[in-house]
Amino acid sequence: MNGRTILINIFRWIVLLGVQIFLLRNMTFYNLSTPFIYVLFILVLPFQTPNLLLYVIAFITGLTLDTFYDTLGVHTSACVALVFVRILFIAVSLNRDAIDEPEPSLGNMGFRWFSLYAVLCIFAHHLVLFFLEAFKFTSLAYTLGRTLLSVVFTIFTVLLVEFIFHNRKSA
Amino acid sequence: MRNLWIFLSRYNAFFFFIIFFTVGLVLTIRNNAYQRSVTFSSTNEIVGTAYKRLNVIKRYLNLTQVNDSLAAENAQLKTQLLAIASIDSAQISTVKDTVNHQQYALIAAKVIKNSIALTNNIITINKGGKDGIAKDMAVISPIKGVVGFVQNVSENFATIRPLLNQETAISVVLKKDNAFGSLVWGDDNFDYRKAYVKEIPNHYKVKVGDTIITSGSGGFPRGIEVGKVTNTRVSTGDSFMTLEIALFNNFSTLQFVYIVKDKFAEEVKSLQPEIKNER
Repeated sequence: MNGRTILINIFRWIVLLGVQIFLLRNMTFYNLSTPFIYVLFILVLPFQTPNLLLYVIAFITGLTLDTFYDTLGVHTSACVALVFVRILFIAVSLNRDAIDEPEPSLGNMGFRWFSLYAVLCIFAHHLVLFFLEAFKFTSLAYTLGRTLLSVVFTIFTVLLVEFIFHNRKSA
Repeated sequence: MRNLWIFLSRYNAFFFFIIFFTVGLVLTIRNNAYQRSVTFSSTNEIVGTAYKRLNVIKRYLNLTQVNDSLAAENAQLKTQLLAIASIDSAQISTVKDTVNHQQYALIAAKVIKNSIALTNNIITINKGGKDGIAKDMAVISPIKGVVGFVQNVSENFATIRPLLNQETAISVVLKKDNAFGSLVWGDDNFDYRKAYVKEIPNHYKVKVGDTIITSGSGGFPRGIEVGKVTNTRVSTGDSFMTLEIALFNNFSTLQFVYIVKDKFAEEVKSLQPEIKNER
């Protein structure tokens, strides 16, 4: 991991969290579907990042989000869950020695792999997020509905951003 | 140790996940009022439900006694009803002073604190001066038997000095031949099921199984059954007998008591100093 990668990631972090906090926080469809674009930052962290560092980054990211959302701990736990699914999915789907791409972006990995990867990670993240927010299983259908609709919205925005900024590389 | 380390580092993602996720959960619960309240209230609910279940079982175990007491009370009330129904109305109209004829009124109260294991036991009930309870009123059990006297009265509560207290003495008689005695507890008898009747003159012939009732003085209505004689041979060395009796009233399961309100208590009290002087 060289200095340029670190700088790019810090830049990405600031931009994505800025968009999330200042723009998307005020955006929701009937309180059912909320996009959480900032997870893209954790999704496209380089392959070489050690697991512990991944968790620490996710933890700090979630903590930052939580301070702005006033829900200390909720986003933190969700991000940690996301990292867990990320590590599992990469370990299962890719041969670690054969990875020659720097980071798991849409342009590097192709649409099929990236969309499946994003859906699984984002689903795990949102599931934890909304269930911690509701904190009970009584309104199960409502919480699940919110989760699924938000997953759709987040996936849509994540793919959109990826298509706009990363497709050039593969070309 | 090395194997453990290999195991841990091999599944490090999972262990890191557990650690970080736990921290996240703890943060969530500790810092969010809603999540905290849900957590605590649900644990409280579990505890509360457990206690409620336990109480249901307890109440079920007491059901036999409650049933018996209700049946006994029913019988008592029916007897009273029969007595009223069979009164010759022509006669009663000549002495229609119903207010004065009803010497005793009962106030039901719930026992909120009870002890039987001490040498001087005290019962607390949930009725007080507001409900018309005054010091030295007699207290009886709803099932059978006597309880004691009111000792202290506050506005909403009162304490009872039960028979199971060394200072309590209740005037009783033998049902068979009206021999007066004094019902006491204590004096190396600390069994809540037993008591002694003292000061019964030696010439009375008392048998095991004879019934002891209240004498009608000292606040108790006459004729409340107190207990059965179990031993007549308690030697004391003087010219009086001491009888050991088994109490009808079970102090250990006492849940309700009746406080006896004697309408003539004041009147009787005002006479008593003269009697004392006469002695």
